Amino acid sequence: MGEAVSAQSGVAGPPPAAAALVELAAVRKHFGAVRALDGVSLAIRPGECLGLVGHNGAGKSTLVSLLNGGLEPTEGTIRFAGLEGPGAARRAGVRTVFQELSLCPNLTVAENLRIPDHDLAGPGWRRRARAAVRESLAQVFPGHRIDPDDTVADLTLAERQMAEIAIGFASGTIPARLVILDEPTSSLDAAIAEQLLAHIRRFCARGGAVIFISHLLGEVLSVASRIVVMRDGLITDERPAGAFTRQGLVAAMGHVGSVAVAAVRPGPQAASGEVTVETPEGIRARRGEVVGLAGLAGHGQAEALKRLYLGRVSGWQASRTPAAVFVAGDRVRDGLMPLWSVRRNLTLSRLVALARAGLVDRAAERSLAEDWRSRIGIRTADTADPILSLSGGNQQKVLFARALATDAPLVVMDDPMRGVDVGTKAEVHAMIRAEAGRGRTFLWYSTETEETCLCDRVFVFRNGRISAELTGAEITEERILEASFEMKEVRP
Amino acid sequence: MRRDPRILLPVLSLALLLAAVFWVQPRAMSYFGINLLFNLAVPIALATIAQMFIIMVEDVDLSTGTFVSFVACVTATFLVETPLLGSAILVGAILVYAALGALIHARQLPAIVVTLGMSFVWGGLAVLILPAPGGAPPDWIRWLMTSKPPLVPMAIVASVLIAAVTHLLVMRSAFGTLLRGVGGNARSVARAGWNVTWLKAAAYGLAGLFGVLAGMSLVGLTTSADANIALRYTLLAIAGVILGGGEFTGGRVSPVGAVIGALTLTLAGSFLSFLKLSPDWQIGAQGAILILVLAARLILRRGRAAA
Repeated sequence: MGEAVSAQSGVAGPPPAAAALVELAAVRKHFGAVRALDGVSLAIRPGECLGLVGHNGAGKSTLVSLLNGGLEPTEGTIRFAGLEGPGAARRAGVRTVFQELSLCPNLTVAENLRIPDHDLAGPGWRRRARAAVRESLAQVFPGHRIDPDDTVADLTLAERQMAEIAIGFASGTIPARLVILDEPTSSLDAAIAEQLLAHIRRFCARGGAVIFISHLLGEVLSVASRIVVMRDGLITDERPAGAFTRQGLVAAMGHVGSVAVAAVRPGPQAASGEVTVETPEGIRARRGEVVGLAGLAGHGQAEALKRLYLGRVSGWQASRTPAAVFVAGDRVRDGLMPLWSVRRNLTLSRLVALARAGLVDRAAERSLAEDWRSRIGIRTADTADPILSLSGGNQQKVLFARALATDAPLVVMDDPMRGVDVGTKAEVHAMIRAEAGRGRTFLWYSTETEETCLCDRVFVFRNGRISAELTGAEITEERILEASFEMKEVRP
Repeated sequence: MRRDPRILLPVLSLALLLAAVFWVQPRAMSYFGINLLFNLAVPIALATIAQMFIIMVEDVDLSTGTFVSFVACVTATFLVETPLLGSAILVGAILVYAALGALIHARQLPAIVVTLGMSFVWGGLAVLILPAPGGAPPDWIRWLMTSKPPLVPMAIVASVLIAAVTHLLVMRSAFGTLLRGVGGNARSVARAGWNVTWLKAAAYGLAGLFGVLAGMSLVGLTTSADANIALRYTLLAIAGVILGGGEFTGGRVSPVGAVIGALTLTLAGSFLSFLKLSPDWQIGAQGAILILVLAARLILRRGRAAA
């Protein structure tokens, strides 16, 4: 271990000479005609933090599945610390924290360690699991409030993600040598995310390795020692992190997302519409306005949206034009019908309008789905394909299409861009702005300040209450952060 | 405190019902009385545990009743006349259960359909073995089920034993935790490199094992078997699991709760007999108790969520 540390002392220098933890040589992975990976060679050495970026469908998820032994390559070889074949990844100490939360909700946090750690058994295993999880939680997230004996289902989304990350880093029968983190901060607020980044740096300094996948380029730039850019199943760029700038990264991914940001700034006419939303918390929104809810995650934004939305639409009778529609951020829990096709998922909100004499008009359903597929750019060969065959970003587009396909005057969005790539975001931002121009009101909760800055009006939440209302030019990252944190600074 | 007090409600329901029974019939408050009240609970508790293993992996077994009947018929005939062949049949039946679990997972079949089909198979086999009621239990089973331990009746000793063993197996052991993990999130268990087909086979195999124990203990109590002896067990077992705090989805089960649920349902029958109600009403009354407890659970949970 001492050697690994000294070898890594010059972070930005050439790759250290230590033997690779994982080595891919000309790896291809095809699913039928789809070439998910088309010849990737990559080596990860102890002490490295490899940032992996690319838009949805670039092959990141496939690469992750290959790296953790979940998939076998169609061509090429993968060697884990010299080993090959099934189980090699696990024996080499490769751990994965998946993008969507993948703990068993019915088990306790400590019991969940049993799932990745195959050899955790025998007398006293629960005690050992508890100790390992407690130690890891304290190291990664000092000041957390998670008990290893808490049932996962009782934790908040952010706490679940913290628990999952801690389990990834926890000491086990086989120590963690390479931890793959796929969008690990999607549900975490800035302060907790910073704790994680700090831990990654410590872990790598001790000779561990991390693969860090995130759409938050700032995080990738700040934590990675080397950044790999993927596009269409290939590695298109690979440099030490210092050689990239934010714009450079976005350009390398093949999208011009940040250009769109400036273009969608609100026009002054937005403020003139009549007030359509007014809640007890103090959220007010006018016709044609995009209203953002900001603040640290878990400070009451999602609850406020839920109350408002359910208050408007709860009724026995479905109507042709609902008073409000909802775009889920937690796709699995609130959004998708996992067994249904893309088409049925998309047209769900319009079922009443699509029905004739109580029966669904299949032709109309199909044309509606085709229409939205091309309008919003859902990448699927056929809308009859199952929804789960799409990548996360495309699933989210389906949920957007579902909402926008209605004539509802109010669109409620609960952090809908979680795990969505930059290009998709820009497309959706433009579409939101266009729809707002037609007189719809958007209520948009986002954990990403950058998105909140696109809104006409922003309510910053703190401890379940609105701590600031910002409009127009007042909406800046500094003002939002100020309003999110104010109290904590005032306290002695 | 974030732990769910889900075991509290089953315990409370049982205590309440027991108090009502003692109030109606104070003489039941004795060694002999309690034994009589809970005697038939042992096979029901075992069948409930069998069902619990299936519900734990997010399936439902509609063949519990006919399977227990089939086992009862084998126990009352083959196991007495040719013990070796009888044992082989029972072991074979457990293996069939395990194979069904593997098949259901590997081919992604709906368990409800497969087990419904199997219920006819088990029922048919039972009729073939014992066309008319008859047979006799092996002496050792009879002895075991009618033995009188000091102080506490056999039915209670057996129930506690079943609850303790299955609690250790399901809630404490590393293997049981893994099986519950399959119910909670099969995909992430598979992604961690486990063979979920084998795990499902194991859960079904355990269900088969406890189904066999249920059938054997039932014959020990009734002294003869019949192809239709345990048909009610399918629904009783499902009800018992749910009464005991289990849920149909998400691998949320409680073995201790399941045993308590089975005891509660048995007791409900006795209670109504004491009230001199006709047995025809018993099933309805058991249903009413189930609805009451579930309603109470819902209200408690709402209260917790609001707090």
